[in-house]
Amino acid sequence: MIYLDNIAGCAPDKRVVEKILPFLTERYGNASSHFYHLGRDAFEAMEDARKEVAKLIGANSDDVYFTASGTESNNLALKGIISHPDNLHKKHIILSELEHYSLQNPARRLISKGYRISWAKVTPQGHVDTDHLASLLDDDTVFVAIQHANPEIGTVQDIATISKLVKASGAHLHIDAVASAGLLPVDVDTFQADTLSLSGTNLYGIRGTAALYIRKGVKILSVTEGGGQEQGVRAGSENIVGIVAMGEGARIVREEMSTYVPQLQALGENLMSRITSLYDFIHITGESDMSKRLPGNVSFWVEYIEGESLLMWYAVKGFAVASGSACASNILAEDEDDLEASPILTAVGVPTDICAGSVTMSLSRTNTQDDVDRVIAETPDIVDRLCAISPAFNK
Amino acid sequence: MKSPYNDTVMDHFMNPRNMGDLEDANAVAEVGNPACGDMMRLMLKINDDGVIEDIKFKTFGCAAAIASSSMTSEIIKGKTIEEAIQVGNNDIVSALGGVPEVKVHCSIMAEEALEDALKDYYTKTGKNLDDLNAMIHKYKGDRPEHH
Repeated sequence: MIYLDNIAGCAPDKRVVEKILPFLTERYGNASSHFYHLGRDAFEAMEDARKEVAKLIGANSDDVYFTASGTESNNLALKGIISHPDNLHKKHIILSELEHYSLQNPARRLISKGYRISWAKVTPQGHVDTDHLASLLDDDTVFVAIQHANPEIGTVQDIATISKLVKASGAHLHIDAVASAGLLPVDVDTFQADTLSLSGTNLYGIRGTAALYIRKGVKILSVTEGGGQEQGVRAGSENIVGIVAMGEGARIVREEMSTYVPQLQALGENLMSRITSLYDFIHITGESDMSKRLPGNVSFWVEYIEGESLLMWYAVKGFAVASGSACASNILAEDEDDLEASPILTAVGVPTDICAGSVTMSLSRTNTQDDVDRVIAETPDIVDRLCAISPAFNK
Repeated sequence: MKSPYNDTVMDHFMNPRNMGDLEDANAVAEVGNPACGDMMRLMLKINDDGVIEDIKFKTFGCAAAIASSSMTSEIIKGKTIEEAIQVGNNDIVSALGGVPEVKVHCSIMAEEALEDALKDYYTKTGKNLDDLNAMIHKYKGDRPEHH
């Protein structure tokens, strides 16, 4: 299997695996148990990891809070900020149309609690329309969420411009950097972020650990109540194994990004230019200028072909890729109403009358030119087969 | 955890039976559209004895839609109109050994295409459409339109 779905989580780096093994065997203490060595050892390992995560994003380590997933980090930022007594008088939330479900869905539920939700439009390339965003900001705006880069279409936002607008309005700015950390420079001060999410698995760590950066002074309430872990912001015994993995992953990407990102960019450009030159009916989604995309992220749709059938054929041929197709959205659901077309494709104006799903190939530092050559070599057979069976294909 | 599709579904997806165009078709139907995520064109050649002598299809859709189309074509080839009408989407799904719950609607598309193609045949050949509708009603009763 050639893994081209790294945006869903990268394979853990070998050094990460080596680093966490002792924490699964002899170093199993609870970081809250300070009265004996095992507990203090876990605490110190956790704090070392926190420093590494903080260094990656240019933050102070005591502003980094560990959570269990990017989803939890996004939920905590949104719900924690708007529910703080100092913020309760403001009832307007703005999200870009590209935000992850972990922001879209909780925001929608807040409508019944008296909140207004506005959606900042994006251009066909997937960039936030800053004029539209500016027109939405008002004195009532409490929270604005902007994704640094979108995993499905690869587009990278101009956060510097967006943050100036948002900060001038007095609203809290949340940046979702889950897809971009480890691939692009992420700096909380450059971004002027009040909160920022990132995930361990996208840093060659393991699933089950993520982090939320919270700028000092930002008023936030805990969402999970219990013990006083994570400075009272996120109760629950910390996942030391995952946290150590995330810290080591953060160290590795910080120290090695300047080496592997250019390689990843070159591979991505090669994949993008070759896949689009195969057929004139293969269309890129998101930004076609690779310098404005996530390195190594290529996404496209094929006229006449449904997205899930493409995904299945790639899987049959040994390639793990992702699809934005409705039919592939929730295969375990019990009701067809749970099949939902990708809101991302709709937001960037992909013509839904002829497009039923896209494919995203996301490379990591472990992918090679040979992987790209092989997926390019197999694609014509897949496309030809599915065109031959498509009643919409008439060439 | 198993793959969402069993081996039979994957076989029909990867090696669809009766796929293509039928030049001398006398019954043609197209149901669904790409905006809905699936679309099927069904072409039948029905002989004077009312037997479906040949069948071809083309389908735009997911693996379940393609496999259901293929299985339907295999089941109804060689059947009389009355026999073919008795084939429902449950038969198609069970012949495939089951599909994920959310994909059952993909098999309904094949059943609808068959009914529409037969209606096309009745219209083109000047037969009484009421007879066909009565036959459909006899075996399937009233059911809501899918698309």
